[in-house]
Amino acid sequence: MEWKWEFTWEILPRLVVATGNTLVAAGAGYAIAIVLGLVLALAQRAPSRVLTFIVREFVEFIRSTPLILQIFFVFYVAPQFGIRLSPWVSGMIAIGLHYSAYLSEVYRGGIESVAKGQWEAATALNMTALQKYRRIIIPQSIPPALAGMGNYLVGIFKDTPMLSVIGVAELIHTANAIGAEHYRFLEPYTLVGIIFLAISLPAAGFIRLFEIYVRRKIRL
Amino acid sequence: MTLFEFISTYWPRLLSGTGITVIQFFLAAALGVVISLGAGLMKLAPNRILRGFAITYIEIFRGTSLVVQLYWIFFVLPLLGVTIDKFTAGYLAVGMNIGAYGAELVRGGILSVPRGQWEAALAIGMSPAKRMRRIILPQALVNMLPPWGNLMIELLKGTALVSLISVADLMFESRQINASTYLSAQVFGAALLIYYILARFFVTPFMRWLEGFMARKIGREARGVGAN
Repeated sequence: MEWKWEFTWEILPRLVVATGNTLVAAGAGYAIAIVLGLVLALAQRAPSRVLTFIVREFVEFIRSTPLILQIFFVFYVAPQFGIRLSPWVSGMIAIGLHYSAYLSEVYRGGIESVAKGQWEAATALNMTALQKYRRIIIPQSIPPALAGMGNYLVGIFKDTPMLSVIGVAELIHTANAIGAEHYRFLEPYTLVGIIFLAISLPAAGFIRLFEIYVRRKIRL
Repeated sequence: MTLFEFISTYWPRLLSGTGITVIQFFLAAALGVVISLGAGLMKLAPNRILRGFAITYIEIFRGTSLVVQLYWIFFVLPLLGVTIDKFTAGYLAVGMNIGAYGAELVRGGILSVPRGQWEAALAIGMSPAKRMRRIILPQALVNMLPPWGNLMIELLKGTALVSLISVADLMFESRQINASTYLSAQVFGAALLIYYILARFFVTPFMRWLEGFMARKIGREARGVGAN
């Protein structure tokens, strides 16, 4: 089968719109994951043994089961309990939850890398637990966590095609639709691949630079 | 219907799906390990063409998503004259994807072997191939096994995507059962549980055992077992 440039130009606008959707999905999912991940990381440091254990197992569970299955679970199971979720909402919940488990591990590593003296100093200054975390520990735990956080941003972007299974109009979903309409799969799927490369490779490079920049900035 | 009742009714289909998932896992893992080794070594090769080839391969497979790779191999390759059945396309895509990630681990592992080991092998007159096989790789393997444990979990999860090209794995069977019974909570709950059991009680313990085994094999104490 020959590559048709005419067809390529014809479908490109639709794929560009879909790229926008993909980026929005990745961004929204990541926003959820960043916040929820912090909650999961802090919950694992709670004084309650039971809570720590439950959260730990929950994170393990999320991390060792396929995202695509979690997407289906959220999308199909919520209605059984009378909650109607749109594909977008359930997709964002599933992908945000999945990556929050990964991000919690990244945060945990970051928090553990803060020197013990910092905790003691904060205690000596009579800070409350909240103040300690907010003003001393979390700011210092971010720089070592940045590399991992960046990798998972690219990771979430590459996992958005799984949202196509519940009908979120991202890149693969659009490519499927184009292919079915025109009986041509060569151009749409190849273009999707190229778009992914064109975004994720520079993004990975940019994240590396950003990490170096922040490290330099923080070390003073 | 409770989860228990559900499983006792639908266990044959869940079991056959799990079987396919396990087979896909092993085939993809074997392919992934071979590719990792090949691409990882090639990325360290002095020859520029070999290195360029490895880098291109790794960047393409790490830069795009597994779903895209799977669709490309299954739907586009036939248009270019290479027809692959869905079962083969499934583990091929997953294995090639994991191979690209594994190649970086192999490269890192090899570079982590101390300089002195290379020099000592050279000093006793080993050929480069023999040095790699007998001195460098065994030590590199021990160094890189811990992250391989995580990669194997990613691989197991990756096999769920072969359901998208209708390979009748656990994910696919779950979707089918869901479509005909609407028992979504039970079927997807059971599938989640099965994947979790496979990961937590088979893949992870095996990789842990392998870490200890390989470490003892080259005369090193097993390292402390960290959380993943």
